Amino acid sequence: MRTLLLLALKNVRGAGLRTWLNVATLSFGFVTIVWMQGIYEGMMRQMVTAQIDTEYGGGQFWHKAFDPFDPLSFEDAHGEPGDALKKLVAEKKATPILLRTGAIFPNGRAQSVVLRGIEPTQEIVQIPGGVLLREGEALPGLIGKRMAEATGLKKGDTVTIRWRDVSGTFDATDVEVVEVMNIAVPGLDAGQLWLPLRTLRRLIGSAEATTLFVTEKGYVESHIEDPNFVWKNNDFLLSEERAIFESKKAFGYILYVILMAMGLLAVFDTQVLSIFRRRREIGTLMALGVTRSEVVGLFTLEGSLHGVLALFAGALWGIPILAHAAKIGIGLPKMSDNMGIAIGARLYASYAPQVLVVTLCVLLCSVVVVSFLPARRIAKMRPTDAIRGKG
Amino acid sequence: MENGLIIELKGVSKSFAIGGGREFLALKGIDLEIHQGEFTGLVGPSGSGKTTLLNLMGALDNATEGSVRVLGRNVESFSHTEAAHFRKESIGFIFQSFNLLPVYTVFENVEFPLLVAGVAAEERKKTVTQALEWVGLLDKMYSRPTQLSGGESQRVAVARAIVKKPRIILADEPTANLDAENSHNILRTMVKLNQQLGTTFVFSTHDQKVIDYLRRKITLVDGRLFKDEALTPKLAGNDK
Ligand SMILES: Nc1ncnc2c1ncn2[C@@H]1O[C@H](COP(=O)(O)OP(=O)(O)OP(=O)(O)O)[C@@H](O)[C@H]1O
Ligand SMILES: [Mg+2]
Repeated sequence: MRTLLLLALKNVRGAGLRTWLNVATLSFGFVTIVWMQGIYEGMMRQMVTAQIDTEYGGGQFWHKAFDPFDPLSFEDAHGEPGDALKKLVAEKKATPILLRTGAIFPNGRAQSVVLRGIEPTQEIVQIPGGVLLREGEALPGLIGKRMAEATGLKKGDTVTIRWRDVSGTFDATDVEVVEVMNIAVPGLDAGQLWLPLRTLRRLIGSAEATTLFVTEKGYVESHIEDPNFVWKNNDFLLSEERAIFESKKAFGYILYVILMAMGLLAVFDTQVLSIFRRRREIGTLMALGVTRSEVVGLFTLEGSLHGVLALFAGALWGIPILAHAAKIGIGLPKMSDNMGIAIGARLYASYAPQVLVVTLCVLLCSVVVVSFLPARRIAKMRPTDAIRGKG
Repeated sequence: MENGLIIELKGVSKSFAIGGGREFLALKGIDLEIHQGEFTGLVGPSGSGKTTLLNLMGALDNATEGSVRVLGRNVESFSHTEAAHFRKESIGFIFQSFNLLPVYTVFENVEFPLLVAGVAAEERKKTVTQALEWVGLLDKMYSRPTQLSGGESQRVAVARAIVKKPRIILADEPTANLDAENSHNILRTMVKLNQQLGTTFVFSTHDQKVIDYLRRKITLVDGRLFKDEALTPKLAGNDK
């Protein structure tokens, strides 16, 4: 077997330019695929981290009537928690959030918003609520960059808001934008106006109203039974984002297939050609006492060596690029917004070892298969024909 | 010098499918015995079945009918793997078109049968050097087949065939691509081998130069054994 490996190495080296073309195409595919997977993995991680840091914490307790996709539900989706939840809040292991729908009138045009009441001093989620502690003539309000862009509001601007209180009566007041914050999660930014929780409760006329409680990061789900609130863990909370993400990933698979198809076709073509051109050599090997299956093995090995060489070549030129994508990251202006998931301004590739190993194995195996398929033909050759360059 | 029977064919026929469900009978009822140390040639017009017969003796192909015993073994019942092992151990082939492995050097080409047979490195080096000395190509050890003349290529092929000291060497028109001088060269080497190692040689040839060295000439016509005669070689192998 060692003999055949040496012979295969010599043959591959002897094939010169063709070998290097195959290796180049394959290694390009290998590196690009690993790179793309790193990007997706990085995206996923950043998205999950951002969601947990700014929105989900260690999970949430939702008011029974709360449906995040139905703003109409916000009107009734609030209530008072039981003692256990109150205790959790008192221990600073959870923080209450109140959601209401309303409208703002920037430049006199009406636009519907979600009013988000948050405890300014909370430290559970990374919302810079501290700025809402400011006293002023108008109520303090906080918006994100996307919201600022969509409404034309700037820090220091005053805007009229309108809402309905618990009895259904419309009311209006002015809010001053005390800060425009930079927040990765689009859902906490676009169409959202953050107010101090106490203020929002006062506006709607319900002192204890809460839509949901965010628990601290790493909160261990203890079975809190509450008449009004139900536990939602992060698996549930992130399922929407994960679904969006998977659909993006599916696009990646199409690219993988195209990239690999290029490399695999090149190898396949080389195999078919070299088996055709080297029939005489195949016959000679058989005459010298090499068995058919060994010759099939030899040619499979030769084809597979392209994959192995591509792996080395890819490591050589790919690792610096891959490392750069992980360390320095890639600037993605606004791309995260278009994708509808939270990524942030820079994307850092992340390579999961298992994914990497599985990917490289799959890639190598496909090279082996593509090398083997044409080589099977050899087993059907008659030595007598092959020696004369026929068959 | 001609003692043991090493090739024995009884009623051997070989037919080839030639399309349209028809068969072509290339060999018809061949009975033939070849003994240890013979220097024998198969001659006859083109298409008379010489190569086909050599292929059967070398276990490269199977007879359609009859029995082919080589070195006491029933070659016609071999599986592919058995046939490969048999060739590896007992048969050396020399072809009209040399058939060297293009990516190997001269040394490596000659070494290859030993590698396949699993001979140890030191032993290999010694034996290969010896074989190259036999054919007078020590100085071309590191050349590649593309850098060799036809005569040199065929000498490499001879070295490759003899390196594992097979009992039988089957040579299919070994001189067809060589000029007179190279042909004589090769033939003298083979005679020398035959005399010193007792290797049995079976040729297939049209070439009068080859025939001049033979001690037995078997004439095939139309797939049948037409004539089998002993010859006194006109040319000896030992002249320098
Ligand atoms: N694989 C095959 N399929 C069909 N016919 C074949 C095959 N091999 C050989 N033959 C036929 O068998 C006959 C004998 O062929 P063979 O090659 O043994 O002749 P030969 O005596 O070696 O001829 P030459 O002197 O031209 O080499 C020829 O008529 C040839 O066409
Ligand atoms: Mg012939």
